[in-house]
Parts: sequence; structure tokens; C-alpha cells
Amino acid sequence: MMLIECPWCGPRNETEYGYGGEAHVAYPADPNALTDNEWAKFLFYRKNPKGLFAERWVHSAGCRRWFNAVRDTLTYEFKAVYKPGEPQPIATTNAPAQGGTK
Amino acid sequence: MADILPEHPEFLWHNPDPKPSYDAIIVGGGGHGLATAYYLAKNHGMTNIAVLERGWLAGGNMARNTTIIRSNYLWDESAGMYEKSLKLWEQLPEELEYDFLFSQRGVMNLAHTLGDVRESMRRVGANQLNGVDAEWITPEQVKELCPIINIGDDIRYPVMGATYQPRAGIAKHDHVAWAFARKCDEMGVDIIQNCEVTGFIKDGNRVTGVKTNRGTINAGKVALCGAGHSSVLAEQAGFDLPIQSHPLQALVSELHEPVHPTVVMSNHVHVYVSQAHKGELVMGAGIDTYNGYGQRGAFHVIEEQMAAAVELFPIFGRAHVLRTWGGIVDTTMDASPIVSKTPIDQLYVNCGWGTGGFKGTPGAGFTFAHTIANDEPHELNAGFSIERFETGHLIDEHGAAAVAH
Repeated sequence: MMLIECPWCGPRNETEYGYGGEAHVAYPADPNALTDNEWAKFLFYRKNPKGLFAERWVHSAGCRRWFNAVRDTLTYEFKAVYKPGEPQPIATTNAPAQGGTK
Repeated sequence: MADILPEHPEFLWHNPDPKPSYDAIIVGGGGHGLATAYYLAKNHGMTNIAVLERGWLAGGNMARNTTIIRSNYLWDESAGMYEKSLKLWEQLPEELEYDFLFSQRGVMNLAHTLGDVRESMRRVGANQLNGVDAEWITPEQVKELCPIINIGDDIRYPVMGATYQPRAGIAKHDHVAWAFARKCDEMGVDIIQNCEVTGFIKDGNRVTGVKTNRGTINAGKVALCGAGHSSVLAEQAGFDLPIQSHPLQALVSELHEPVHPTVVMSNHVHVYVSQAHKGELVMGAGIDTYNGYGQRGAFHVIEEQMAAAVELFPIFGRAHVLRTWGGIVDTTMDASPIVSKTPIDQLYVNCGWGTGGFKGTPGAGFTFAHTIANDEPHELNAGFSIERFETGHLIDEHGAAAVAH
């Protein structure tokens, strides 16, 4: 059981949260222009690093708001949490620091 | 006293140093890697090959699974692959000359809702059309096959029936790996432990070898059987996989008298239970939701799994947990594996078996070896290519996979 810090509510048990997978995956700007391969990449391919990962969580049993986190997928340690729209504080393999806008 | 010490155990395989070059290298010395090496040597005459294992032989998911073997999957591609695997299981103890306690005690997949009932009956129909032994059984028949199960209608998710595959069962997982390893060794395959692949050598778009912590090894072909670490290997090799790695937990109880004669799986309340030959109750959970490489998960997942188990089997209420553990499972979006060529020439990948790789061990090895030797997939794994995520020919087995992910 992890203790996860919601940026609005503070630390709560893991069981209050839902997981949303990789963060900062933007919906295609022009979906009609995508090739099948690009659609496949958008729909089915997500980064899966062993190490730091920028990912989304939702505080389902609390404020029900989404937020982003940088977590180590090997140790499970949360390095940072940040609200949508806030810059990503730590660089990860799936997104550079300061890169996040969604 | 020296004279009463037991004889030193017979080694089942040697531990050679890596040669400078092999015809093929298999990365990953778990069940799938060993089975692939076995069928490469036996069916395709490729014996100048090596299996590289980062840790010790069969110490990953091969040592952590709940040993269930069945083939009652929905779609034609899956029925072909898993039924081939089951048929291989049926002949392997004799072929490998090793009794690894393959026990065809049957597997039930319980239905707890009308939706479950409909999905299960549909799957039974599909199985029968595909030549897979499957039948729909009533709650009373469930009780007859497994007397300790609670089929009362006063529980939150009553048992409304089940699919039953009599030829399904369990096997002793470690012994399966050792049986394959011994035969591989006899045929001249080098099994190299403590040898971690750290990079790939390429000539243009063709793989020509691997870098390891024990030096560079050249290879005509390289085949990945990295399970939970498949994404890490693919990234080193320079291609993408549609894989997410998750922790998956299981546990065993203390040893008990035989009380559970079959295997019971429940998708809906989420637990799967059998009793090992030694007497432990073996139970598996659903995955922990987040991506993880830590080989451990959270206790609340175990708690939910225990709640389901105790509701289904009230006598488990007094059983004690002996140990719990976790592995890393490589899941795909359609809950089906990838046994495929890759965008890189002479590089092949077998992964995405997710929560159900143990049962697929011989089938994966058989078809993957064919793919490697011929640079073309076998008809049984043609549908399990990476390209299916691009063409849209997905093989959705979330219903039959029976482990939530």
C-alpha cells in the first residue's frame, strides 16, 4: 500500500486512487492525417520504462481530480506530483522536464 | 561424518562460458526461452545456440506463476495456439523423460452474473467448434467436482455455473524448466546464467550480436524471451513494443490435506485456486494497476483476493498464508501474446503473454522456434504478430484470460 500525495488533498492511501497510465500523450492534432502506423502508436503504444515515468493518477475516492506524477517504476517511489497544466518538475524517458501542458 | 553425507546431486545442465559466436541467441532463460531452445534444437537442428539468462535459470515468472494449464480461449487464433500447447504438454513428460507432475485435474471458470453466464456459454460453444474440450456445468455439477465450494445463493456473487475443461490442469513449474534445460544441454545448447544483455550490435537493419556483462557475443539470429523486461530489451534494440509491465501477485497457504481436487478460477470475484501436490493452496490475484518492475505489489490486492477465496471456499477461513510474492507480467492491450518477427532483421520477439504465460510455454517455444529458424511465422502464430496493432486484427481475450488487467 503506497501513500500517495494528491496535489489538492494531501497524502492518502493508494486504494483511494485510480491509475491512468502514461502522462502527456496528446490527442493527434489532425487525426485524419495519421497513417495506420501512427494510429497504432497513439492507440496501443505507451512507454514502459524501468525507472522514472511520468504518469497520470485520479483521486477517485477523494476530490476525483486527475493529476500527474513522476514515479520510479522499479522502487515505486513517487518523486513528484503536479497538477494538470503545471510543468513536469523532473525529466523522464517519456517526457522532458517542463514539457507537460496537458 | 563424511561417509553419511548424501551424494552430490547430479547436475542437469553445464554452465559453459559464452562462445564468441552462435547461430542463434535466445535472451531469457525462463520457460519460454528454454522451450524455444529445445524446439530449435529438436525440430530445426539448430544446436549451436545459447540461452542467456540475466539471473538464474527459471527464476523469474517461471518460478512465480500459479502453474495453471488450459486452452479454453475464445478466438480461433488463441484456440490454435493454446490447444497446440496443451497437446504438447500431454506428450512432454515422456518426451523429456521427466515426470514434472503434469496433472490433468480439470479447470473451472466460474460465472457469477448473467453477463458471465452468456460470455461463458459463448466461449464453450467457440471452444467446441475449435476442438477444445469444454462444457458448461451447473452449480450442482460444480459442487460435485469440488465439494468445498459454496454454491449458496445468499452470497454477494453466487456461483451460477461454470465452464469446465477436463483436460486442463497444473504442473510443477520448476521441474518443467529443469526438464527442458536438461534436454537442451544434452543436444548441445549452451545455457549461460548470470549473463545480462546490455545492448545489441547491428549491421544496418540487421542484428548481428549482443553486448553482455560477459562480453560481446555474435549471433546470426537473436530471439527475445524477456517477459516483463521485453520493453527494456526492445528499447535497447531500437524498436517499440505495445507492452505495459505490471506487478502480479500470488500466494500459498500452509500445507493441508487434499481438499481441492481441481482448479477453480473466477473472473468476477477474482481469485484462482488449486492445491499443489505437496498440499499448499495456491492462489493468484489480479495485477496491481500501475506500471512496475519491482516484483512486488500491494497488500490490499492480496486482501481482495483472500476475501473472494473465503467467500467461495468458507473452509479457507482458517488457513494461514505461508508466503506471498510478485512477478512482472508483460501485458498487451488485447490480452494476447506477441510471437513475431520485428522491424529489425533476424531479431524476433516472444512476449505479451501477460498473466498466462506458463500454459503457453511449449506452444510458444514450438511456434517461436519455427519463426526463428524459417524467418517466417508458423501458421499457429501468424496472427500473433506485432502488425496486428496496426492492421486492427486484434485478438481480444480479456474474457478468457481470466486475470483482470
